[in-house]
Amino acid sequence: MAPGESTERGTDRDNTAERGTDRDDTAVRDAAGTPAPSRRALLGWGGAGLALGAAAAGGAAVALRGDGGGGDATGTAADSGAAVPFHGRHQAGIATPVQDRLHFAAFDVTTGDRAELVQLLKDWTRAAERMTAGHAVGDGAYGGLPEAPPDDTGEALGLKPSRLTLTVGFGPGLFTKDGEDRFGLARHRPAALPDLPRFPGDNLDPARGGGDLCVQACADDPQVAVHAIRNLARIGFGKVAVRWSQLGFGKTSSTTPGAQTPRNLFGFKDGTSNIAVTETDALDRYVWATAKDGSGSGSGTGGGEWMADGSYLVARRISMRIESWDRTSLQEQEDIFGRDKGEGAAVGKAHEHDKPNLKAMLPTAHVRLAHPDSHHGVRMLRRGYSFTDGTDGLGRLDAGLFFLAYQRDIRDAFIPVQRSLARSDALNEYIQHVGSAVFAIPPGVRDKDDWWGRTLLS
Amino acid sequence: MRPARLSVVTATTVAVAALATVTGCTAKSDSTAGDGAVQVIAKDDACEVSKTEFPSGHVELAVENKGSKVTEVYLLFPDDRIVTERENIGPGTKAKITAEVKAGSYEIACKPGMKGKGIRQKVTVTGGTAAKRSPEMDAAVAAYRTYVQEQADETLPKVKVFTDAVRAGNIEAAKKAYAPSRIGWERTEPVAESFGDIDPKVDTRADGLEAGQKWTGWHRLEKELWQDKKLGADAKTLADELDKDLLDWQKRVGRAEITPTSMANGAKELLDEVASGKVTGEEERYSHTDLVDFKANVEGAEKSFELLKPVAQKNEPALVTELDKQFAALNTLLDKYRDGADSYEFTSYEKVTKAQRKELSDGVNALAEPLSKLAAAVVK
Repeated sequence: MAPGESTERGTDRDNTAERGTDRDDTAVRDAAGTPAPSRRALLGWGGAGLALGAAAAGGAAVALRGDGGGGDATGTAADSGAAVPFHGRHQAGIATPVQDRLHFAAFDVTTGDRAELVQLLKDWTRAAERMTAGHAVGDGAYGGLPEAPPDDTGEALGLKPSRLTLTVGFGPGLFTKDGEDRFGLARHRPAALPDLPRFPGDNLDPARGGGDLCVQACADDPQVAVHAIRNLARIGFGKVAVRWSQLGFGKTSSTTPGAQTPRNLFGFKDGTSNIAVTETDALDRYVWATAKDGSGSGSGTGGGEWMADGSYLVARRISMRIESWDRTSLQEQEDIFGRDKGEGAAVGKAHEHDKPNLKAMLPTAHVRLAHPDSHHGVRMLRRGYSFTDGTDGLGRLDAGLFFLAYQRDIRDAFIPVQRSLARSDALNEYIQHVGSAVFAIPPGVRDKDDWWGRTLLS
Repeated sequence: MRPARLSVVTATTVAVAALATVTGCTAKSDSTAGDGAVQVIAKDDACEVSKTEFPSGHVELAVENKGSKVTEVYLLFPDDRIVTERENIGPGTKAKITAEVKAGSYEIACKPGMKGKGIRQKVTVTGGTAAKRSPEMDAAVAAYRTYVQEQADETLPKVKVFTDAVRAGNIEAAKKAYAPSRIGWERTEPVAESFGDIDPKVDTRADGLEAGQKWTGWHRLEKELWQDKKLGADAKTLADELDKDLLDWQKRVGRAEITPTSMANGAKELLDEVASGKVTGEEERYSHTDLVDFKANVEGAEKSFELLKPVAQKNEPALVTELDKQFAALNTLLDKYRDGADSYEFTSYEKVTKAQRKELSDGVNALAEPLSKLAAAVVK
């Protein structure tokens, strides 16, 4: 296969397009009936095409951003199964409008060879470029040597890019593991990436936490997200091993201005004051790390120069005691959250987005304890998902919230908030933190020659 | 690039298919013996043939044993697969062997004492278009076939130690002989499985049984020895059947269809065996001797790889480097669970922790993924 030639998903559809009857043009229309740009066109135009599509479709009026903050595609872009630009100043999948589905995987690095690690990150980057654009990995899923397994696993053939974003992160184990500086990176561990303290009530399963690397795959189609992780894991065998992974559905927070906050499995809107994709000042202030961040007295001592334009991620698997919650009176449920269940308005308020009066809530109310006003205004960008892994063998729903929060410094954001929640939150009777991991999320891949982690590893 | 690759593959496939259509059969009647027959004089130290070139089609070997030992005579493909053979030709006796043979290179082998590689003569069958063959591929396949045969030959006595103990009702001795009796089988399982009918008789687990299928073989006895802690009424019958079925395996290995790609994919399948049965502890759920099978599977895969290495090295040197590395890594990992480098006394899988099983599983994935690319590197 010639360089630059690509094996795209949906070959039938592509062939049709080449014969001049581009079904994409007619099949993909937003609610207003505006034809969305064809998939080929979207891919060709990159981010600009996406934004135009969204604007033309009457989506939220958002400024064009060429920084790869995830593109500005809103709901209409989601309907068209569009591609989110992969390249940019920041990694996509953070400020990107939250997609419907998640497959998150944490990996242990099993090689001790730095060159192999670098090569893996380069291979992953190239594969991610292809998959996020809706292409198959390598030489594709069919048509190759009959004796050899195909490069791509094939289950995403015929599916649209579905706004797939792939976001990579580096866990503490990449910097030092069992006291060993495996890759000569120990001095680069940012102080903003501390080991989390033990919080009261934690019941952490090591098999559901930690990891030297992580990949967050978000997409509007679960098959697309699973395909992406599966193929990256496959590319990684021998260099990395999957440590744990989590599937998520039903996003529990929104990063889109004006949109209703989705509900968690307790039926409540949680995360109303999340940072929206358009709040560039807030993103700069609370989410994106700068070259000057990262000094201080955390467990790392490294400065964060390589982390400029990156972010820090906390991932927590929070198990919910669904059946007990469902037997709790409505009044108690609302008191526990500090919001009403229907509208999602704070105690004493009429609308979801009305500024809450924290003092009107019980001192143990979840919203009161978690709200930025209780923490000197510090905010996090949350993009958690609900999960259920079936039942637990006792007939109880094995379900909960897979909490994902991005921030500029974990010491200033997640740790103080979780300290206060762990100590006093009335919700603790119904939840338990069972998995935990932290990752440094490096800056975005700038262009076709760049790769995930270049600023740290080259 | 792709069309070129495909045509190579197609050619290989056609060649294999053509060979597969050559059917070997021993003569049922002496009436066809004529002047066209190839005379084979078998002696204790020689294998004389009257001609080394003959036309394709119906070929007859007229064998006379002028030696002092019982002999057997084979017509072999270049990769050592048997076209046809006749065993037990006593001193001073004659035998006729016939076969339909296509054009190409073959060997006639006499095996005085019915042992070893035998004394060989190269012969050429002319006419038509001979399938193009790669000598290095043939050498690889022939060497692998020898390996597989050796494994079968060495396994039968070990199995007899096991089955004798069962027949004697000696549970402790049977338990001790159980895992060693399986090593040769596990090393070469894809070849045995290619026959289709032997594997279900000797290596099926309780969960693999089809409705109405009688459970026989190693794992049935494994259950009696470790779980029931007593041998059932038909244990002796089971032991006899295991001997008989494995004798069948030993006899048929020489006719197995083996190609460079089936060797490569067989190596990968051995790793699949590890991943699906051994890493989980399902294979030896009563005896917990999974790591012995695990090691044997890896050894069998490594043998295929070593034999294909010269070809793979030319086509995909990076893959060979990676496979060398991953085989070494997995072997090092396995060494942690055995008494010494040559010992087949492995830790009981019951005592292998969840974290250690994960580590073993990661090692298998690390090896199996590049190994799945070996077949492509060989046919390229």
